[in-house]
Amino acid sequence: MSVSSSKKTRRSIQALLILSLVAFGAIVVGCGSSSDGSSGDSGKVQLVAYSTPQSAYEEGLEPAFQETPEGEGVKFSNSFGASGDQSRAVEAGQPAGYVNFALETDVTRLVDSGQVAKDWQNNKYKGIVTNSVVSIVTRPGNPEGVKSFQDIIDKDLEVVTPNPFTSGGARWNIMAIYGAALNSGQSEKEALDTVKQVLSQAPVQPASARDALQAFVGGAGDVLISYENEAIAAQTAGEDVDYVIPDSTILIEQPAAVTVDAPQSATDFLNYLWSDAGQKIWGEQGYRPVNKSLVDESKFPTPKDEFTIAKFGGWDKVADEFFDDQSGKIAVIEKELGVSTEK
Amino acid sequence: MEAGLTKGLVVTYLSLIVLIPLAAIAAKAFSDGPGHFWDAVSQPQSVAALKLTVICSLVVVLINAVMGTLIAWVLVRDEFPGKGIVNSVIDLPFALPTIVASLTLLTLYGNDSPIGIHAAYTKYAVIIALLFVTLPFVVRAVQPLLLSLDRDMESAAESLGAGKLRIFTRIIFPNLLPGIAAGVALAFARALGEFGALVLISGNVPYKTEAASVFIRGQIESDNVVGAAAVSVVLLVISMVMLAFVNLVQKWGLRHDR
Repeated sequence: MSVSSSKKTRRSIQALLILSLVAFGAIVVGCGSSSDGSSGDSGKVQLVAYSTPQSAYEEGLEPAFQETPEGEGVKFSNSFGASGDQSRAVEAGQPAGYVNFALETDVTRLVDSGQVAKDWQNNKYKGIVTNSVVSIVTRPGNPEGVKSFQDIIDKDLEVVTPNPFTSGGARWNIMAIYGAALNSGQSEKEALDTVKQVLSQAPVQPASARDALQAFVGGAGDVLISYENEAIAAQTAGEDVDYVIPDSTILIEQPAAVTVDAPQSATDFLNYLWSDAGQKIWGEQGYRPVNKSLVDESKFPTPKDEFTIAKFGGWDKVADEFFDDQSGKIAVIEKELGVSTEK
Repeated sequence: MEAGLTKGLVVTYLSLIVLIPLAAIAAKAFSDGPGHFWDAVSQPQSVAALKLTVICSLVVVLINAVMGTLIAWVLVRDEFPGKGIVNSVIDLPFALPTIVASLTLLTLYGNDSPIGIHAAYTKYAVIIALLFVTLPFVVRAVQPLLLSLDRDMESAAESLGAGKLRIFTRIIFPNLLPGIAAGVALAFARALGEFGALVLISGNVPYKTEAASVFIRGQIESDNVVGAAAVSVVLLVISMVMLAFVNLVQKWGLRHDR
């Protein structure tokens, strides 16, 4: 091969590399421009939410909103997934007008990134759009006669509860057990031991609440710790399970917000969700209305010793104190349990 | 097409699809300094998860090496009704979404197991799930080698008085080794990173049945992206070591061939 031809080859490689860099740059810029500002279409609500309320939105709330004067002609584009994943996606640029998560910290992430206004809780219901409670799901007829989290220990039952590190939502379960133990007069240390004991009786810690339900329905465990709305959804779907609401359990508060550059229709939608009509639909879908006057006590009896996350100083504090993946109290418990079984 | 053009295209393509993403993960893993990287990968929970994943993956590729070769042998050398169907079934694990595989295995080996095997939520479940998703690798790598293997060599050896075992160890096995090695390497790399097939069936109990990929999922959920990247880098390095080792085995196999 002659010298000039190999030179030519080299030159064309260089040209191609430059061209490819330009193309790469164009792709990056292209992606960047497509992911901002597109939540401005006024007739469209870009909804990003955790996975559980999907049917509540698609079959109940959105069609009902579209029947109202504010909602007439409003279109929805929906995205559902694990709460933490959804929040991180929005932070990374997924277009969103209205967001609804399982945990307050998933909204806080968007406040920190400037995508949700700092005063998002500055309204009648403090940014909470629905409630639920942590319940104990049992086999049909509750054969073990479980009434409280303590019963799981006293009756030495196998329990299914999601891994609190892969499922942010499962953290409600842990705080319910912990708070109930405190309510029964235990010290903080004793209450942590109770949580530890319950976790030691979990042969499986599925990655999400839905996976946990799947495992329980598939025969794992004597009881499942889950949200009341999940239990109701399971029954509606025809699963043969019952559920018990312990006298002492946590009120789950599910937050929602609009983003700073959301169209008016997103705000209208959120206001509709807080209206009596919207709250009633939430109730029909298995969620406790945040408007206490609309809570149907026969369907949603208020637990005698109900408490909220405020009992422990709110989610920001609890996330660090209990669920830091290295120093958090629950990380330490899991470590102790892991080490003790290795011996 | 001109050589330069294709080369440039390949380089660009590989950069966009593989090299830049991998480099970004490595950069993320070390973004808080090497000390933080070491803390992330040496904390007991990640060590336990990595150990479980690596040991299960090794067991899985050993089983694959034997069973995959056997399956390839039967498919190439034996004739039986329905062979075509069996042959096409081999690739199905690739086509099935892994989460569905996990669900199916859970139904089969869970607490309500119709066949009476209760493996779900144990380390055995991890192995079963990984065996399922890695089945095709060794089979498909060995099959073409077996097909192209010159049978005259075997006949010659037989006529010279070599026994069946001797024919296998001296003629067939060395010829199949590069294929087995390549299949094993791919299966191992796949097993290390598998998430979907494990997530429902593995139990996910930290320190006991939590695989590395599920642990990484937890790190991301806990907003510890650097920790997640760090453990991923360890998995990548283990994969690379395995691939390098397999390369050596293949070279040895080729030398033996001559």
